[in-house]
Amino acid sequence: MKKNGNPPVLQIRSLSANYGDVKALKGISLDVKQGEIVGLIGPNGAGKSTLIKVLSGVLKASSGEVLINQKEVNSYSPSQRARTLAVVPQARQLGGAFTVEQAVLLGRTAYLGFLGKPAKEDLRKAAWAMEQTEVDSLADRKLAEISGGEQQRVLLARALAQDAPVLLLDEPTNHLDLRYQVHLLKLVKRLVKQERLSVLMAMHDLNQVSGTADRVVLLANGELKAVGSPEEVLTPFNILQAYQAEIETFTHPKTNKHIIFPVE
Amino acid sequence: MDLSGLQKLCTQKCLINNMKTRPFLMISLLLGFSLLLSIALGAVTIPPGNALKILLSSLPWFEFSGDWPAYFETILLDLRLPHTILVALTGMALAGSGASFQGLFRNPLADPYLIGVASGAGLGAIIVMSIPQVGRYLIPFGAFLGGLGTIAVVYRLAKVGRMVPLTTLILAGVAIGSFASALTSFLMLISDEMILQAMNFLLGGSTVTGWEPLVIALPYFSAGLTLLVLGGHSLNVLQFGEEQAQQLGLHVERVKLFIIISASLTTAAAVSFSGVIGFVGLVVPHIIRLLWGSDYKKLIPLSVLGGGVILLLSDILARTIMAPGYLPVGIVTSLIGAPFFLWILRRAKKEVFW
Repeated sequence: MKKNGNPPVLQIRSLSANYGDVKALKGISLDVKQGEIVGLIGPNGAGKSTLIKVLSGVLKASSGEVLINQKEVNSYSPSQRARTLAVVPQARQLGGAFTVEQAVLLGRTAYLGFLGKPAKEDLRKAAWAMEQTEVDSLADRKLAEISGGEQQRVLLARALAQDAPVLLLDEPTNHLDLRYQVHLLKLVKRLVKQERLSVLMAMHDLNQVSGTADRVVLLANGELKAVGSPEEVLTPFNILQAYQAEIETFTHPKTNKHIIFPVE
Repeated sequence: MDLSGLQKLCTQKCLINNMKTRPFLMISLLLGFSLLLSIALGAVTIPPGNALKILLSSLPWFEFSGDWPAYFETILLDLRLPHTILVALTGMALAGSGASFQGLFRNPLADPYLIGVASGAGLGAIIVMSIPQVGRYLIPFGAFLGGLGTIAVVYRLAKVGRMVPLTTLILAGVAIGSFASALTSFLMLISDEMILQAMNFLLGGSTVTGWEPLVIALPYFSAGLTLLVLGGHSLNVLQFGEEQAQQLGLHVERVKLFIIISASLTTAAAVSFSGVIGFVGLVVPHIIRLLWGSDYKKLIPLSVLGGGVILLLSDILARTIMAPGYLPVGIVTSLIGAPFFLWILRRAKKEVFW
């Protein structure tokens, strides 16, 4: 089969969800191919986190379907779902007393029995994930003792250990300083291409999205407003509509990346 | 340098080092020591050597002849031994369920009293006691029903949509717990004959003696404690919050129900036989956590063993300090436990152990 002939790994079909009476997602349809990073942007309350919650089964969809490798996952049990889809949350709520290694091993929860005794394969996967995210030297340190950037890499390692084809990241560079932001995004990019993962990543910084994502999805008021390449989506018109902010766009003289600058 | 020689030297000499690396051995030795001390000490002191011989003689495989008075055997086998085992199991149940509730609620102050289970179990026990013509053997069953009934009401009240947020669970638990305590006091006041018994009960004094209650209690204790120890891994995953736990593949609602039922079972068993004993469920898991960390796969079994040690030692103090009188053990645990807990809190500010 030709590479381009493969169907998308993650397929979202008219997905809707409510918080009580509030419609938080209104008929979102979206595909993510293998090895592709799709950046998810939109103003606060646009539905980015809600979409991640619905995809990961924390919030129930009111209608629509989610297919991963052509299988409907809305009816999956938590452990079945965790084997097909892993989430990298923001490094805020952490069991600070756990060591880095213990935390990464929890990524294997979906494969372990009720007693949680790891097999050789689980230990191997966790060690590999720590190596890939460059936290293997911290294995015995407690989460509370390491920096925010390192914590975020531990959460990335935990998600990698889950061994799922789809990876969701929820604003992973929030609360990190610039050095760690750049480092983390480079790491994500390298791993996605290397492991051929399908990634949906919610982000705030539009220039980071432009530099990292293959395609960009713009959400506003729970609706999908635009989808396409960074140049196609990050236009002054789209941004004004969604964020009520005026921007100008440029092309970076060295990298040829699309860049955005707000206008007073 | 010969490293194995050094290690050997260390296992013999470095008690502290040994405590760090072999927690189960250390705490089991402590438990054995406390058990022996508990059957030896009391209003009549039986030398520990003799106590051990009498114990072994009661088994079919051993025969010791000794020069101890015959009433030693009666005191030891009919009174102290069942009492000691009951106290040990009660301490184990309180500390084990305390550790589990703390893990479930991710709150260092959680214990069986916080979510109303203990008060509900106490009410169930008092109701059975206040019905005339009902045997004592129904008390634990009443406590179990009281505890489960309380948690069912609390759980229903706390439920928002499909989820049970922990804050509403604790709020509902405190409210229902207070209501149950008030009903308990009311029942005590209208019933003159049982006021002394109930008073003793509420202060954490044993209301029963002999082997019979122990035999009735054993199924509750053993089922509850086994389930609690099995839940360790799930509690580890829950430490990252319910949302992340679910995303990691844990069936969160099912696990919460499992922990609540097993912890309620153990709490009910503890409360029905030994009354309301505070601070064991709070202090013991904290000590264990400070010494050996917060991995719930180890924390729960270690808390169970440690709870046995602490309550046995408190009970020995309660029986000997005013001998031949008896102080309800709940008074001792609160008198020692509360200041100790404050000391832990001050110390804990300096390091992350939670």
